[in-house]
Amino acid sequence: MIKQKLVLIGNGMAGVRAIEEVLKINPEGFEITIFGTEPYPNYNRIQLSKVLQGGTSVSDITLNDWEWYEDNKIRFYPGETVTSLNTTNQTVSTDKGRIESYDQLIIATGSNPFMLPLPGADKEGVKAFRNIKDCEEMIEYSKRHKKAAVIGGGLLGLEAARGLLNLGMEVDVIHIFDYLMERQLDRTAGKLLQTELEKQGMNFILQKNTAEITGRKHVTGLKFSDGSRIKADLVVMAVGIKPNVALAQEAGIPVNRGILVNDYLETDIPNVFAVGECAEHRGIAYGLVAPLYQQGQVLAKRLCGVRDNGYQGSVLSTQLKVSGVDVFSAGKINEDESTKVYKMYDDWNGTYKKVLIEDGKIAGAVLFGDTKDGNKLFDFIKKGALIEEYLESSQSANSEVNLVASMPDEEIICGCNGVTKGSIVEAIKANGLTTVDQVKGCTNASRSCGGCKSLVSDLLACTLGEHFQADQKEAICGCTTLSRDEVLAEIREKGLTHIREVMNVLEWESDGCSKCKPALNYYLGMINPLKYQDEHEARYVNERMHANIQKDGTYSVVPRMYGGVTTSEDLRKIADVADKYKVGMIKVTGGQRIDLLGVYKEDLPKIWAELDMPSGSAYSKGLRTVKTCVGENFCRFGTQDSIGMGIRLERKFEGLNTPHKVKMAVSACPRNCAESGIKDVGVVGVEGAWEMYVGGNGGTHLREADLLFKFKSGDELVEMIGAFLQYYRESAKYLERTSAWVERLGIDHIRDVLSDELMVKEYNNRIDEALSVVQDPWKEAINNKNLLRDLYQNVKVPVETK
Amino acid sequence: MEKTLRSVFIGEVAELPQKLGKTVIVGNKEIAVFKTENGDIRAIENRCPHKGGVLAEGILSGEYVFCPMHDWKISVKDGNVQAPDVGCVQTYPVEVNGGQVYVLIRE
Repeated sequence: MIKQKLVLIGNGMAGVRAIEEVLKINPEGFEITIFGTEPYPNYNRIQLSKVLQGGTSVSDITLNDWEWYEDNKIRFYPGETVTSLNTTNQTVSTDKGRIESYDQLIIATGSNPFMLPLPGADKEGVKAFRNIKDCEEMIEYSKRHKKAAVIGGGLLGLEAARGLLNLGMEVDVIHIFDYLMERQLDRTAGKLLQTELEKQGMNFILQKNTAEITGRKHVTGLKFSDGSRIKADLVVMAVGIKPNVALAQEAGIPVNRGILVNDYLETDIPNVFAVGECAEHRGIAYGLVAPLYQQGQVLAKRLCGVRDNGYQGSVLSTQLKVSGVDVFSAGKINEDESTKVYKMYDDWNGTYKKVLIEDGKIAGAVLFGDTKDGNKLFDFIKKGALIEEYLESSQSANSEVNLVASMPDEEIICGCNGVTKGSIVEAIKANGLTTVDQVKGCTNASRSCGGCKSLVSDLLACTLGEHFQADQKEAICGCTTLSRDEVLAEIREKGLTHIREVMNVLEWESDGCSKCKPALNYYLGMINPLKYQDEHEARYVNERMHANIQKDGTYSVVPRMYGGVTTSEDLRKIADVADKYKVGMIKVTGGQRIDLLGVYKEDLPKIWAELDMPSGSAYSKGLRTVKTCVGENFCRFGTQDSIGMGIRLERKFEGLNTPHKVKMAVSACPRNCAESGIKDVGVVGVEGAWEMYVGGNGGTHLREADLLFKFKSGDELVEMIGAFLQYYRESAKYLERTSAWVERLGIDHIRDVLSDELMVKEYNNRIDEALSVVQDPWKEAINNKNLLRDLYQNVKVPVETK
Repeated sequence: MEKTLRSVFIGEVAELPQKLGKTVIVGNKEIAVFKTENGDIRAIENRCPHKGGVLAEGILSGEYVFCPMHDWKISVKDGNVQAPDVGCVQTYPVEVNGGQVYVLIRE
């Protein structure tokens, strides 16, 4: 059979996507030629802002590399622009004088950035943000200049502004409206977004019309219609795009805003199609990626003669690719007479949710701060689901899985890389995938912005069914296939007592690693605290040395100060030691202790001996510090003796080994000056009672602690903290913080377990046993000559003189 | 300049800690000496090629040490950094003579 000649003008996301779909349906059917103006293979334009924001290179955003063209026998002319079409002879001509004939022609010329026709817009230093070259030029610019102005407070403008901030520039964003992203957000969400971005360092100039770009040859600033001015060395215009239709127009193809196409992406001229941002379908020229992919699929079917219903238009959804800002919107944005809204606004946490309802059906949504419902709402909008369905689904946990189950196979899960549900499910089944990372590696889904991660995870769950649960039981590290629970059961059952024994008996595949050795050391000690001989060679450096290693190999030393309280005598000792050993810096830690930084390994024992204070263990996987406020003794709001309670807790639980670090705090009133709300165990004193909060975390994954119980007496409180800690010690995976552990088990479950008085007693017996063998590690090291030699002394060989 | 191997005495076998590293300073060179679980003695440069982490303080597992700074896995036998990271650390030959440990250093 003679192959048809298929020519694609434009090497962008839409056109190449259509070619990919053609190759899937009929790999041998066409002789394919692609012309692209940019000198690169096909790349992911929507990830450009990530390149500008740093950490992502151009090769990271390449969708199809050079080999792909070769492998699929595509004739590719990069850096070559088609300058005219002859639809009668069916040929295209290029700027390099090439003339190519076609049987089928796809126009996918995309769009151009819209440049405001301002006086001075042609000056040096005025840029668009559209392609790799723009991106590279801005990066180059930032090395020599400080002040940037971005005209346009929409999606693209804000992403560009974030990138320029990352490049170290000062950024003013000028927007004609009184709030940001007015096309995708309502006023409330737009204002929340503004506050958040201002915190990140962006400066906004709203409701201003730029009248002129000032400067001689090179831009120096902007002048607004009200006469005011700002300075700028770089001006980025991000006010919108316009479909690139010149080529089609000159060839006599009917054009409105974009090239007019029907539901099969056919233009008015036989054998000529248009797809992507240059095309206009039912009055809309789309500028987002998902519709372009949907159009590509339809076009490929049409070219290959596969029947379907054609393209029916797309509901749009938007997410901003700026770190730390979660924004989602889809469908209808603003209320009118025909809509009702379901709205939740939490000013304190900065979250906002609005669902628009039209005739009882979900017509649109705006989410700010918490966007995890985005996928679900988007699907409901597309289906025209009833609002009740959404409200009910929020109650039941399984709804997400049901949701992906009901999606059609062609549904695009990953908008960034155009991966459909069908291809993900196929990959899971064909390759036996069980984790999101594996799906990522195999299909590219969720490789870019990560917005679809939860959908991919849901797809795994519904494809694998109960086997997905098996995935939760992950091996403790690559040296074994056994999970934490299995290893613990074997240790107990077989009475194993040493790390090496565990590895031998349970057939470890290597000599262990930096993950399993410390974990086994912890588990063995937790199971048998009285008999287990801790193996210091299996501990991380900080816990082996009882000091915190710094980047240059020196250490920092934190003497213990119970409850954060010290004395003038201790302070004098600390100051003397700091002088004598010339410590690099004396710093107050976040846990209200004093840190001596820059101490040499060999000096550690001497410093401890001279300090003659216990170790702060400010670097252990154990109780670190108990932070306190001054409480009832001094504070006019304090209702309880927070310092006394803090000291009591710290003295009781110091030296305890736990799966990960444990931080505590005691505040004497709900003002929470000791920050009890983000501690593993946080205590808040209220009039006549103590509240006990657990599972808080102020680290990478910020988590507010949950209220567990309230107690009248301090003794009951301390007993419950003991039970809680022991339950955590016994059931958490090594290196699982209480925050993750509380989320995994559920606070209600933990409360159930600890509501049993007998259990509380038993946990306390076991924790007391573990605490009974605790020694001050600094004293231990000072008194043990072998330990001193093995851990703290270097061998110094004098240089020979010849 | 002629390069020769210099044999440097660093201590008795019995004085080296089992399954741990020891920092040995020879002039301006820092060497991490390890006595592995099966008694072999290995000497490598005390600097992770990643960010200069002090390898003597890492966790030793069999023939590998895990850098205490960012957990790179490095062979104490041939100095090779293990995948997915790449690089190599200089190794030094070790001789044991009558319970005494010598490291051979090129000068």
